[in-house]
Amino acid sequence: MSSQDWAYFSNYAIYSAMALFTLAFFGHAYETAWAVRTPNAASETEGNLVTKTFDSSRTQKAMRIATAMMILGFVFLLVGVVTRGLSAGRVPWGNMYEFSITGALAFTGAYLAALRKYDLRWLGVLVSISALLTLGTAITLLYVPSAPLVPALKSTWLVIHVSTAIISGGVFLLANVIAAAYLYLDNMETKGPRKVWAQRLPSLDDLDQLSYRLVAFVFPLWTFSVIAGAIWAESAWGRYWGWDPKETWAFITWVAYAAYLHARVTVGWRGRRAAWLCLIAGSTFLFNYVYVNVWGTGKHTYSGL
Amino acid sequence: MSEQTQLPELGAIGLARYFWRQLTSMRTALILLLLLALAAIPGSLIPQNAQNPMAVTDYFEKHRNLAIWFDRFSLFDVYSSPWFSAIYILLFISLIGCVLPRSVEHFQAARALPPKTPKNLVRMEHFQSWSANGNELEEARSWLKAKRFRVLVSEDSISAEKGYSRETGNLLFHTSLILILIGVLIGGLFGVRGSAILSQGERFVNNATSYDTISFGQITSENSLPPFSIKVDKFVAKYNTLTSAPEDYTLYVTTVAEPGATPKQQVVKVNSPLTFGSTRVYLQANGYSPIVTVQDKIGNVTFQGPVPFLPQDANLRSIGAIKVPDGDPQLGFVSSFVPTYERTSDQGAISAFPELLDPKLLFSIWQGDLGLDTGVPQSVYRIDTSNMKQIALDSLKPGEFLKFSEGTITFEDVVPWVNLQIVSDPGKSYSLIGGIVAILGLLASLFTRRRRIWIRVSAGEVQVAGLAKNGAPGLEIEMSEFVAKLRGI
Repeated sequence: MSSQDWAYFSNYAIYSAMALFTLAFFGHAYETAWAVRTPNAASETEGNLVTKTFDSSRTQKAMRIATAMMILGFVFLLVGVVTRGLSAGRVPWGNMYEFSITGALAFTGAYLAALRKYDLRWLGVLVSISALLTLGTAITLLYVPSAPLVPALKSTWLVIHVSTAIISGGVFLLANVIAAAYLYLDNMETKGPRKVWAQRLPSLDDLDQLSYRLVAFVFPLWTFSVIAGAIWAESAWGRYWGWDPKETWAFITWVAYAAYLHARVTVGWRGRRAAWLCLIAGSTFLFNYVYVNVWGTGKHTYSGL
Repeated sequence: MSEQTQLPELGAIGLARYFWRQLTSMRTALILLLLLALAAIPGSLIPQNAQNPMAVTDYFEKHRNLAIWFDRFSLFDVYSSPWFSAIYILLFISLIGCVLPRSVEHFQAARALPPKTPKNLVRMEHFQSWSANGNELEEARSWLKAKRFRVLVSEDSISAEKGYSRETGNLLFHTSLILILIGVLIGGLFGVRGSAILSQGERFVNNATSYDTISFGQITSENSLPPFSIKVDKFVAKYNTLTSAPEDYTLYVTTVAEPGATPKQQVVKVNSPLTFGSTRVYLQANGYSPIVTVQDKIGNVTFQGPVPFLPQDANLRSIGAIKVPDGDPQLGFVSSFVPTYERTSDQGAISAFPELLDPKLLFSIWQGDLGLDTGVPQSVYRIDTSNMKQIALDSLKPGEFLKFSEGTITFEDVVPWVNLQIVSDPGKSYSLIGGIVAILGLLASLFTRRRRIWIRVSAGEVQVAGLAKNGAPGLEIEMSEFVAKLRGI
């Protein structure tokens, strides 16, 4: 196939992945909503306490289908990313469109990998909609035709630096989603018992632990990504650190997560405060991605988005 | 007698100790860490002198009053400002104050044995008990030894501990951060950084006068420049025919490491600089230098050579100035150069492609005073025409010439120029080693679990229990393996 064909092929794969994530989203939404059983009117008249109960037996199928759609979507997305790379004859990390599709791949990949160990299917609604929004933005706003790299990006370090940055970003984002869920449920619990649909979600302690684990797992990778970037900058730009906006924000993200880890491990922060710190740290990463790529100046903005 | 209530005096040493304790406390370190992140933000939003001095000048013109206030707080030089420095210096003092005592402690504890088995295991986590059959203690000892636990054996019990490398990694990580900072300091003190524009065919000899810009570290002098030279043989740029985006830059040079050494042919690319000892030479930018000859009315050559022009867009439409101060009157050519000439109705002459498909030099000729003797530094790409008057306007292709009232200008040819950045940073290897050790230390400290396992056999009963520090997971699995082994399941 010619490079043009590969590019079209990649686009179709991305569209298919979006369709599959949409189905996964509806599957998850359905099972979240319908697993709550409302007692019929008859029981109300008998003067019993009317309580909604949680019954996932009738939504098991929807849940399994949704997860299957997520996996299938991930596979199509993987194909889309790989063929995009084939069409350009390089790794598919040359511009913001490509970062976004690879980022969505890393994000859904992190979710599916975590799924093997923890039952995170309750997160499916959020994960599928986030992936869908990322891909939608990418293909409508950020799309650029497949093209070779500018000379500064032609380096093995592109593969090392950018892939680790994208994977770190995907996991940071997942930790953020979980920290946000923590704060939401924490808020709900202070007002009374959890609503029925939320009862099957993990305990606050588990959520707290999980977001910490994700951050602790990926922090060394992020450190590596920043250092790999510094090594590359040394060979391309003549300095390993120059307070370029992208570098500055990578540093801010690093410091913020370092503070989070210290707060948890050494000072013993748990729960609400830790979740907020995790959210703040994660948002510095997002800010770096959006602001510096779109409105920023500096040496990282030669990708034409 | 009246007695005054007095606060207990701390004294100078007491006070110093108090501040030291405060500074090295974890809480302070955490606050400083967050402050550092916060303090780094303005530098990414406000233009910085170190990264983009032109944008700072622009900012001063557009928001004069705000800029003056920004400048008072060093907001155009955030990363070298006193307040930013204060935060990271305090942070590093705090770090050293934290890491040093812990290192000493850890070193002393390196060969220490785990503490004795607690009296009452029943209260501990992961407690299990069953009736003994005799050799549990011996089996437990060999299992724990095989798993590389540190073991303290007493007559009826064993206390075992594992995971010391957590603290080793932790200390290594923090120490390596100090090493990175030392690398940065060495670079700042002993480094040299400069740049030079060379047209194809020109030679660069590494001494201070050859540079267009150069800055030395605080304790570096001009004599420290290694005596290499570089001749620019050829520069080739390839562009995408559809998008005009650059696809490849290759620079061919002949280098001489020191006077008398054999010349070497080398290739420089954007990601592969030249290396001379601790000095590296980077290919940073490029453009075109038209070669022109200017003669006066009687045919004497008053100017000859390549003039680097400054690119203005992706298709390398470039502007430049040819200054001829030696004529009488002085002459100036306010010029622009396009590699692929095209005429549009709204913009005039533009370049359609960055390669030399239809090169053209467009210029207006001015005579009068170039203002070079005023002592005010001037841009090499622009001419101050306030004391001059325009006498002609024309354009030339390579090989063509133009006769005008004061003489002749010939557009001989056009060659590419490259901007070489020459950097010596003797501190960078320290920072690199620091970076690598930091990652290794981080991995060890985040993924090592420190835990204890105890076993006691008394009165025909086996008791085991465990303790995971920092609530690390996975001990229950290890405990069940341990128990299974002992019970022979």
